[in-house]
Amino acid sequence: MSLKILAVDDSRTMRDMIRMALLPAGFTVHTADDGVHGIEVLEGIAPDAIITDINMPRMDGFGFIDAVRAQNQHRATPILVLTTEAAPELKQRARSAGATGWIVKPFDPEKLVKALTMVAG
Amino acid sequence: MSIDNDPMAEIRASYFVECEELLEALQDGLQSIEDGADDVETINVVFRAVHSIKGGAGAFGLDALVRFAHRYETVLDEVRSDRLEIGPRTLKVFFQAADHLSDLVRASRDDAPLPEAETGALLAALDEFLGDAKEPEEEIDFQPMGMSLDLGLEDEEAVPAAEVPDLDDLPPPPPMEPSPTAGIWQIHFAPTAELFETGNEAAILLRNLGELGKMQVTCNLAGLPPLAQLQPEIPHLSWDITLETEAHGREIASIFEFVEGQCLLEIIAWEGTDNGGDVSRAPAESKPAPEVPPSLARAEKPAEAAQPVEEATASAPAAVSGDKGGTARANKQATAAAKSVVRVDLDRIERLVNLVGELVINQAMLSQSLERSGLSSHSDAMNELEEFQRLTRDIQDSVMMIRAQPVKSLFQRMARIVREASSAVGKDVRLQTSGEATEVDKTVIERLADPLTHMIRNAVDHGLESLEDRLVAGKPEQGRITLTAAHRSGRVVIEVSDDGAGINRPKVRQIAVDKGLIPADANLSDSEIDNLLFLPGFSTVSVVSDLSGRGVGMDVVRTAIQALGGRISITSTPGKGTLFSISLPLTLAVLDGMVIEVAGETLVLPLNLVVETLTLDDREVEMVRPGSHVIEVRSGFVPLFDLGAALGYRPPLEKFDNTVVLLIAHEDGSQTGLAIDNILDQRQVVIKGLDDSFYRAPGIAAATILGDGQIALILDPSDIIQSAVRATPRTVTKDEIGVPA
Repeated sequence: MSLKILAVDDSRTMRDMIRMALLPAGFTVHTADDGVHGIEVLEGIAPDAIITDINMPRMDGFGFIDAVRAQNQHRATPILVLTTEAAPELKQRARSAGATGWIVKPFDPEKLVKALTMVAG
Repeated sequence: MSIDNDPMAEIRASYFVECEELLEALQDGLQSIEDGADDVETINVVFRAVHSIKGGAGAFGLDALVRFAHRYETVLDEVRSDRLEIGPRTLKVFFQAADHLSDLVRASRDDAPLPEAETGALLAALDEFLGDAKEPEEEIDFQPMGMSLDLGLEDEEAVPAAEVPDLDDLPPPPPMEPSPTAGIWQIHFAPTAELFETGNEAAILLRNLGELGKMQVTCNLAGLPPLAQLQPEIPHLSWDITLETEAHGREIASIFEFVEGQCLLEIIAWEGTDNGGDVSRAPAESKPAPEVPPSLARAEKPAEAAQPVEEATASAPAAVSGDKGGTARANKQATAAAKSVVRVDLDRIERLVNLVGELVINQAMLSQSLERSGLSSHSDAMNELEEFQRLTRDIQDSVMMIRAQPVKSLFQRMARIVREASSAVGKDVRLQTSGEATEVDKTVIERLADPLTHMIRNAVDHGLESLEDRLVAGKPEQGRITLTAAHRSGRVVIEVSDDGAGINRPKVRQIAVDKGLIPADANLSDSEIDNLLFLPGFSTVSVVSDLSGRGVGMDVVRTAIQALGGRISITSTPGKGTLFSISLPLTLAVLDGMVIEVAGETLVLPLNLVVETLTLDDREVEMVRPGSHVIEVRSGFVPLFDLGAALGYRPPLEKFDNTVVLLIAHEDGSQTGLAIDNILDQRQVVIKGLDDSFYRAPGIAAATILGDGQIALILDPSDIIQSAVRATPRTVTKDEIGVPA
């Protein structure tokens, strides 16, 4: 399945990793450097799913999810949060912000693909 | 290079480049905190830098780096959430931790041995700030590669990674008929509105479930109101699923991981269904133990599933609204003017630089042969050639710009040297920097690190007085070292100064006499005495100190600077401090040169040093004493210097009639006249370094290849004049070396 993904992370390394994980699976990957940039990139594309980091400059992951959900057409777009912590309260916080699911960094490429496929159908 | 073919290696390399940027941001952030910034965003930047380094380190399995960054980040998070206040002591540890983090990054990058002892000491120092609030071994929540995608259940941390079934272990495509090992599961699933609000989708979940095996789904329509009363945002449907699968209870539950607490979910194994043997270790969700009858098991599940729902609705909104608002506001202030950047292998740039060098030589040859062919200077060919020269120059400038880097990274390293050096000698020292954005050739920056380190250590150790002496002298307790960079007339000038006691000239002179470097009756000016510091074998400390005196003197510093085509000068004011000024060429590759002739030899001088050219009349020359002349230039006198004689090409000139003189500007603004025979040309020359195996003659900086294929030496006039002056003291020296401003 080919999905169009928007990945938002302020770390270039992480964006590269995500791209490297998803491109071989035939996904189309758009990237953005932070929440504000993410919203800008989102303008021109209709991603099947979004991956976002939490700690970012200008607009963090929670703010970004908020802003995405505030757009009518993205109320139901699956959003996976990248987190370094597996702590339940972080997952809970991500979810209350409107995240669909979470991926614990560092991630395994296959599992990232699997998780995206699972949420984006 | 193999790097090109291995995406992982490439990302790893790019990670370390990013680390350098993050470490720089970290230093900057800590610096501005030290300077009094106490806004949320500054600490956020610091936190994020450490956080991002940790994130990447995890991906590459750099465990030591992950562990240290994690603890550092934990402490920073305490600051971020106002549980820990930043004071001088915290800040000191933060700086040390930042330094150590960069050590770890570099050691990891180079696969060098890790400084484990230091890591331990700093972890302990960091832990002190955590008090009892945190359990020491919490890094367990940061999992190594392989257990990464968290599709297990909450308490899986307690389960050894190897035993946790992960998605890779999923059975092959589900068989359509029940295999002997397949079990039958009864699943009840009723989503809440929140499930949809978070972008989850019941249909997709059901489809994922269906992929595990053979599935029968019944949609329960009982709760569906009449169409007129239907509220589209409120879910009314629930599903009963019978699933025949080889998958374990855990795997079935993992499909619902993201929606746990957002739906009513029951997963029940039919009697006889094998849970896969790992039920005892598996958490609650894979529920039904074989000995419990299905009817009883069913009752347990809803209660458990319902619980998280309440938790979620009760606690989450508060937590989010409070926190999110804060960070979002703070983030608005951040100015992330991220430049778009391409990484290029340095070798490729080197190649380009070399090619451009060849192009310059080739262009010079072409222009000479066109001239020889007798073309008019107004001919088309000559006009085109001019355009060609302009383009070549533009290309050259652009290529040089690729190699240029701001000196900021270098200055940050020096900040660390100051911190370490000052704590080693027990002095309170503050480093002030300016001009960090000044760009210099990358190689110059790299090769400046050692000499500059040495100078900074010297300044801390010898330049600044002890605390008591400072107080006696009425100075503030905190010593100050200033490091500046600036572009000045086509060169880069880097200055290191301190507000210490200045050079103890009688002592320096005495040491030089004792060591036999100068005769006991030598008559030296102040600046000549200062310059004794640069003599090989000179060291002012009788006891070699741990810090700066490892037998390396300022002569080594000077040699290193000269090897870069630079010069170093010293200015000292007793009681006020000492200033070292390094002047460097912008690039190591090309030079705008004046091609001159002396005693039949072709030589090249850096054009930017030549202020003026004169043709002498004997009347303008005055003899101060035999072999020492001055010339009158605009009602002032400038020392005249015979280049041919200084280079040993010919005996000193007796008469200066019709001699061509170049007025050379020195760093300090003084001038010297250089007597030569003829000016041949002005052109760009490609600098070809002289191999170390050649004797390094004073005043000879490098060599070049001229358009006709001839080799010419490139002179460093200041150096040549200085060394000649040293050979015969008391001539032009005073003007030669700067007077304190």
